[in-house]
Amino acid sequence: MENTKNIILEILEKNSRVSIEDMAAMLGMNADDIAAAMDEMIKDQIICGYTTLVNWDKTDRQFVTAMIEVKVTPQRDRGFEKIAERISGFDEVKAVYLMAGSYDLLIMMDGKNIRDISYFVSNKLSTLDSVLSTATHFVLKKYKDHGVVLEKKVEEDERMIVTP
Amino acid sequence: MMKPQDYIAEKVKVMPFSGIRKFFDIANEMEGVISLGVGEPDFDTPWAIREKGIYNLEKGKTVYSSNAGLLELREEIKKYLKRTIGVSYCAKDEIIVTVGASESIDLALRALMNPGDEVLVPEPSYVSYKPCVSMADGVPVVVNTKAENRFKLTVDDIKDKITDRTKALILPYPNNPTGAIMEKEDIEKLAEFLKDKDIIVISDEIYSELTYGGKKHVSIASIDYMRDKTIVINGFSKSYAMTGWRLGYAAGSKEIISAMTKIHQYCIMCAPTTSQQAAVEALRNCDDAVAEMRKEYDRRRRFMRKGFLDMGLDCYDAEGAFYLFPCIKSTGLGTDEFCERLLFEEKVAVVPGTAFGECGEGFIRCSYAYSIDEIRVALEKIAAFVKKVKAEKEGN
Repeated sequence: MENTKNIILEILEKNSRVSIEDMAAMLGMNADDIAAAMDEMIKDQIICGYTTLVNWDKTDRQFVTAMIEVKVTPQRDRGFEKIAERISGFDEVKAVYLMAGSYDLLIMMDGKNIRDISYFVSNKLSTLDSVLSTATHFVLKKYKDHGVVLEKKVEEDERMIVTP
Repeated sequence: MMKPQDYIAEKVKVMPFSGIRKFFDIANEMEGVISLGVGEPDFDTPWAIREKGIYNLEKGKTVYSSNAGLLELREEIKKYLKRTIGVSYCAKDEIIVTVGASESIDLALRALMNPGDEVLVPEPSYVSYKPCVSMADGVPVVVNTKAENRFKLTVDDIKDKITDRTKALILPYPNNPTGAIMEKEDIEKLAEFLKDKDIIVISDEIYSELTYGGKKHVSIASIDYMRDKTIVINGFSKSYAMTGWRLGYAAGSKEIISAMTKIHQYCIMCAPTTSQQAAVEALRNCDDAVAEMRKEYDRRRRFMRKGFLDMGLDCYDAEGAFYLFPCIKSTGLGTDEFCERLLFEEKVAVVPGTAFGECGEGFIRCSYAYSIDEIRVALEKIAAFVKKVKAEKEGN
């Protein structure tokens, strides 16, 4: 069953709108079993949400995405957990990763404009006690996200209609 | 005065165009046709392979290779055959790289046939075998495989067809159009029967990477006494989604490969060099990409089969290639009529089983080299058609 769960996850990660019936047909399984496995994974917080991959560049919504490298002092007993939790609490922070390398945390955040981001970095983030330094990078354009090339030309099926 | 058609050689004149072509001509003229009729992958060639091709073109590596193919590629093919079918071949003189597996089939037959030699051709099968045998002055002897044997080739199927003139047997598994595979015990029984017979096996293994349900392709060449009596033919089209690159190969005893190379050097010179260089990358670094495609095909296969079963058509669990071969006898229609009406009334193109041999009557070939959404739409239309036809039948 473990392996089946991974297969279900793999399919959902590519297309979270796939129906349970379709998945059952594709995997040669019972739809009830798949539904049960998904419920279990939601309960275990393996499935943490169903999102949509949006190319906001094609909408009129104005916002900027920043990636912020943060160096912090880990805390006794709790390591990076506490500071990560603290930073994660901000709604505008989209992702927080612990990194190996020349800095500790990588934060991805969205803001309406550069001023928003700048305000967050200088007033909220840098002022946290265990934050030693930050380096902010702005995203100019997303070409590929979550394994999907965003502005891919829709290609016609070039194959002939019938071939041997 | 002779007219142009009078110049055509007799053996070409009598050779019919492929049944698929007739169907293609109709389907191609129609607007908005949904097709399950294609015999090639819908995936793009993995980027790493394309990128290698581009790189070599940029560097101007565009000259002929040696007749048998780049040695570097033959070395990779050797390793590939060892790791997949477990047979050792010498890269230098037991492997030839050809223009698609199609050329290998042609070369093998031309290298083997004396006029009147007979070749056993199991059907339903790929459309080229019989014409290639005839063009090589051989005589194709059709062997019908049966639905009740899941279209595997059995000793019973061939034993009465063997004569003093039988020189070769085509072994087309995993099979196009039936999706049948030969498992280890099937291969062993066949090999046991062929052991003391002077019959060369031409094993067309082009779909070898596409087997499902945890079953692995087994080559008859892997049985030691069959190795030198087998010509293994394979290529890059199906497994690496490289149909347009036109690249295949054959492996076998050095005497036969050398004879094939002789014909190849005069007719073709060498397979396209860019394709050969790209294929090196395919064999070296693309096992994962192949596995990914296999996984995806397997899901579509199950999805499509359930669709046919749900609409009340018999559809055996075909475990190879990317075709299902559902039986449409319960509709009361003949295969050609079924396919033509399906095309005209629902605009769905499938290939009549009869295009692959007379014993394909009662079956249609449906390819699952399409996305789940495309398959779903086609299945809905086929289901509506089947329902309508069955209602007509009951009305009578």
